[in-house]
Amino acid sequence: MASEPYAEPGLPGGNPEAGFPPAPAGVRTAGRSPWYLAYRRLLRNRVALFFLAVFVLIVVFVLAAPLWASDVAHTGPNKTHTLEKIEVNGEIKEVVEPSGKPIGPVWFGADGKFFLGADGHLGRDEMVRLMYGGRTSLEIALAAALITTLLAVVLGLMAGFYGGRIDTIISRVMDVLWSFPVVLLGIALGTALAVGGLKIGPLELSGTSLWIPILIIGVVYTPYMSRPIRGEVLSLRKKEFVEAAVAQGAGPLRIMFVELLPNLLSTIVVFFFLNVANSMLLESMLSFLGAGVQPPNSSWGTMISDGFDLLYSSPVLTIIPGVMILLTILSLNVFGDGLRDALDPKSKVRLEAHLGKAEPEGTAV
Amino acid sequence: MARFLVRRLVGMVLVLFAVSVIVFGIFNVIPNSNPAQGIAGKNATPTLVKQVEKEFGLDKPLPEQYFTQMKLIFTGELISYNSRINVDDRIVEGIPVTVSLCVGAAVLWMFFGILFGYLSATRQGRFTDRALSILALTGISTPVFLLASVLLFLFTYKLEIFPNGDYVGITEDPLEWANHLILPWITLAVLYVGFYSRVLRSNMLDAMNEDYVRTARAKGLSERQVTTRHVLRNSLIPIVTLFGLDFGALVGGTALVTESTFNLPGVGQYAAESASGLDLPPIMAITIFGAFFIVLFNVIVDVVYAYLDPRIKLGESAQ
Repeated sequence: MASEPYAEPGLPGGNPEAGFPPAPAGVRTAGRSPWYLAYRRLLRNRVALFFLAVFVLIVVFVLAAPLWASDVAHTGPNKTHTLEKIEVNGEIKEVVEPSGKPIGPVWFGADGKFFLGADGHLGRDEMVRLMYGGRTSLEIALAAALITTLLAVVLGLMAGFYGGRIDTIISRVMDVLWSFPVVLLGIALGTALAVGGLKIGPLELSGTSLWIPILIIGVVYTPYMSRPIRGEVLSLRKKEFVEAAVAQGAGPLRIMFVELLPNLLSTIVVFFFLNVANSMLLESMLSFLGAGVQPPNSSWGTMISDGFDLLYSSPVLTIIPGVMILLTILSLNVFGDGLRDALDPKSKVRLEAHLGKAEPEGTAV
Repeated sequence: MARFLVRRLVGMVLVLFAVSVIVFGIFNVIPNSNPAQGIAGKNATPTLVKQVEKEFGLDKPLPEQYFTQMKLIFTGELISYNSRINVDDRIVEGIPVTVSLCVGAAVLWMFFGILFGYLSATRQGRFTDRALSILALTGISTPVFLLASVLLFLFTYKLEIFPNGDYVGITEDPLEWANHLILPWITLAVLYVGFYSRVLRSNMLDAMNEDYVRTARAKGLSERQVTTRHVLRNSLIPIVTLFGLDFGALVGGTALVTESTFNLPGVGQYAAESASGLDLPPIMAITIFGAFFIVLFNVIVDVVYAYLDPRIKLGESAQ
């Protein structure tokens, strides 16, 4: 971490032309962009940086899946080894015992094969599955969070900027979505689509496509983000810079995306990390209940679902993917919190995100 | 007040109508999920499928099917496609389970959430605060089924202290009832303890800078009186709001995963079962039931909020 941010050579504080000595730390804030200041604040938050590193490590871990599979484990995520035997530290062991109990973690006992053991009566390599499953989980979480963010920003901007009838329509639709029990809606959509797939015009998705959970999760979380955005737009559009833009003859699109959007960026960034965490949690829940990722794909959620049946004989099968989900979400939450503090120390975005519509229907007098 | 209630009631009916139409749509517009085929079985002949369609009224136009279905829900005559059990009866059976689970968890999370939040705020920046913050964030990030698995493995398998899931009615045996529900209560409460303690902490820290707190100190009140009577009491108002919304959502469907992992025959587990069998009638009824709770608790929260904070006037919308 950079030690004293404002005392670096070549970056003197104060006014260099007048030859003043460097100003004490924190003084040279004038002339710095808010993003630079936030970046410096973030650099000082060691906890947040540590958890960012954890998240990066997890991403590297899942990206390394093909390498591990081909060069270390010499197997694929869906390859079964039911009747095979392996040599662990010179001893010959069965991958799956006749009783159906899979082999436990052997670490490097078999040169990296079955590092975390096998995954049940099919005898698939748990480590390889963990890496590939993590890919699926992260892909879904990131893609769903992007969809949520895009929908929420566009809808929130439109509702807040236009007001009137457009606002009423968007807000009512969001009300209905918001009144849905999230998990129930996810399950209903997930199971129905898993059977039939989806066909809208030229777009055709099979029942096992990963786009189905992505779309479901992306849509389901939209109201939780669009509401706070709408609220922020409502207060922003009364500001002078919007008036100035109107006076200059700027059209609605220009005002929304050139004038208002940059002011929403810090909220959007913070929400995005929250969305990734929430999406991952919902994906794992849906997959656990059989309404998310469908075979042959697997994710950490489906791995837990498979492992849960063997909870008492092989608890690692449930606990390892569960801990991976926990670590990913924890790192995103802590980093997101730090980012929030750095971007806007006074903001309560995370509270609003959970409250959604908690803004009571009444006005403070 | 009366006007407010009427308006919210109308809104509630409209929302429930929209919710039911959407659920109906999900199961009817999506291709290849012809319920008659599902009921008749995989190898059914086309004539059998036709017969089933006729029996369940599936050959009628969609709007008509929708209204028959809604009428059956509200007259309590709705029959599940797959098991031919009366849906409303099964939901009514599940309600005490779900409510027992949610109420017990709510008591736990309110107690510990407020306690931890209070401790965190009054010891801001010190070890207690840091430790509790880490605990809270871990709690928020823990998937329900991971916690459930660890608890089940440790306490029912290794140590054999608690029974493995299942439900015993409170009227049958109150002790067994609690004994069976302790692990599910803890599982469900952890997430909310984390969240509520964070929210309360940040509210209390804000409130400590308010003028009325300075006034209270100037009057010569003890620090304890200032934090409990003035800071805590005012900071609890948003917590009450949150509680109402979360409790509504919990009864309305969020408790589903906990019910499934602990094998509690509540409303949520019924929903999960029906969904995996593509059984439309129970899903429709349960979603409407869930949405009803969510909307109901929204209204209750607004009323309670106005009562707790007299500056809020009901019925004057913010727009």
